[in-house]
Parts: sequence; structure tokens; C-alpha cells
Amino acid sequence: MPVFYGTQVDSALMLGTAQYPSPAILAEAFRVSQAGIATVSLRREAGGGQVFWDMIAGLGTRILPNTAGCHTVKEAVTTAQMARELFDTSWIKLEVIGHADTLQPDVFGLVDAARILTSEGFEVFPYCTEDLTVCGRLLEVGCQVLMPWGAPIGSGLGLNNPYGLRSLRAHFPDVPVVVDAGIGLPSHAAGAMEMGFDAVLLNTAVAKAGDPVSMARAMALAVEAGRAAFEADPMEPRDMAAPSTPVLGKAFLA
Amino acid sequence: MMITLNGEVLATEAATLSDLLAEGGFGAKVATARNGDFVPAALRAATPIAEGDRIEVVAPMQGG
Repeated sequence: MPVFYGTQVDSALMLGTAQYPSPAILAEAFRVSQAGIATVSLRREAGGGQVFWDMIAGLGTRILPNTAGCHTVKEAVTTAQMARELFDTSWIKLEVIGHADTLQPDVFGLVDAARILTSEGFEVFPYCTEDLTVCGRLLEVGCQVLMPWGAPIGSGLGLNNPYGLRSLRAHFPDVPVVVDAGIGLPSHAAGAMEMGFDAVLLNTAVAKAGDPVSMARAMALAVEAGRAAFEADPMEPRDMAAPSTPVLGKAFLA
Repeated sequence: MMITLNGEVLATEAATLSDLLAEGGFGAKVATARNGDFVPAALRAATPIAEGDRIEVVAPMQGG
């Protein structure tokens, strides 16, 4: 099971809390999936904050607040500071968004914000790309977890750059790495886990499924299967067929 | 004086951020910022409100 900043989490599935048809369906999705971490956010209080918080606290999962929607370092840092007080955790999923259409991270702002926040004692989970240099910089400024995207947030496109993700995994074998964003299907989640990633974080794929509870369960099974497969050391693919049934002893019937 | 609270311009007589929260009827589960800077809960009573201030009051919300 993944260990983030010294804390072992009971599941490699991390689940967002947005866009569910109802709070009851959200709670049920968490119950059946046994997701280990719930991501949450901060928004202007217009009533409902306390009710939402009571419901989330009732899930019994660890909480990871995000800085979703922040486009500048300043916004992200202030949001993280507010989140630390409100959720009583130094964990922060750091998002500094750089592009409106792709919600691609502004990796320069991300590194700057991560540097500030780690110096203030935050334990930063940076939403990043799979770029090796960027990830290296994030580690240099004190991040001990990386969260590269699989594909743009909410797109459900899966693992868009398997080469890049494999390469990242190989370069930083001892750093906990979570594939965050872009997961649409259980096969995507299993694929990430088969590559050796420590966890996946998803939201829309479950919340926007026709049956979110069933999809939450499917994702949990996929994450478990993918992890088990990685630990089982999969065979190497090859181009030519190789008979699995022994040839020796076959009756000569031609 | 006129301030901006969560994006809405309004008139207030609140002297401090604590007063403003009470005036607005906010619950306990909120976090605050003044002019873009975080204001910890413990400092709200000592944080004056001035003409033109931009105050943000946020609460837990769904997120991905």
C-alpha cells in the first residue's frame, strides 16, 4: 500500500468528491470502493459547507484538499494556507493551472508554489506533467510525492503518454507517484498500476458514470488487480508466437 | 464603508474580520483571506476592516 509523507494509506485508489448525482451516492461509492483518500476543495461559503464537511468526515477516509482552479502562485499558496486550517492537514494537492482548455499545469508556477509551501511545512502532492525535469525540480524543492496526469482532467482519455509515464517510473523508482487525472476506465487505472505506480486519483470517471457506485467498485478491483500484476513481475511481450502447450510428445498424425 | 465580500460589493460597519463574519452569519467551518493574504482564525479579531478591502470567506466543498 502507498506511503505518502510517512503515512501508509489503506488503498491505492484515491477518489474525488465532486460531481456525484447525490451525497448518498458519493458516500456509497466510497464505501464500496474503500478508497483510501478523498480529495476536497474550498469555495466561497454560500451555505452548505458545514453539511458537506460533516458528510466527508463521516466517510472515515484521509482528506487531501486541493487548490483546484488556481492560476497563480499567490492564489495557490493562499488557498493552501486556508485549506490547512480548514481541514487540519498539512497535505495539499497543489494545482497551478496554466491552460484553460487542457487544464494543463503551469509547471513553472507549480515549482515556485511547491517551494514556498514546503518551506512552510506543507506536504505537497503536486499535480504535474510526466516531464522528467519538472518532476526532478519538484523533488528538489521538497516534494516527496509526484502526481503526473494521465490525460487532461475530466477527459477520460486514459494514459496518453505511456512512454513518458514508464520513463518517469523508471527514473524515480523510490518516489511515491500517483497517476492523477484523465482516467476514464478501469483498464486505464489497472494499466497505471501495472506500470508500477503507487496509486491513481480519479473523480469524473466514477461520478459521471451511469452507475457511479458500480464504477467505483470496478475501479477498486482494477487498482487491486493492476498492483497485484505489477508485484507478480509480468512476462516480457514478444513479437513471435511461442506455443504454450508442449510440443514434445505430440502424436504424429499427418 | 464599502468592501468586497466573496466578490460582492457591500456596505459594512464591521471594525474587524471577526465582526464581519458575525455580521454575515457565517458558521465556524470557514477560512478567511484579506486582500489575497490568508488570515488565520486566531488573528481575525485583530484584523481591521478598511475601505476597499477584498475579503474571501471559504468553506469545504466538493473537489477532485
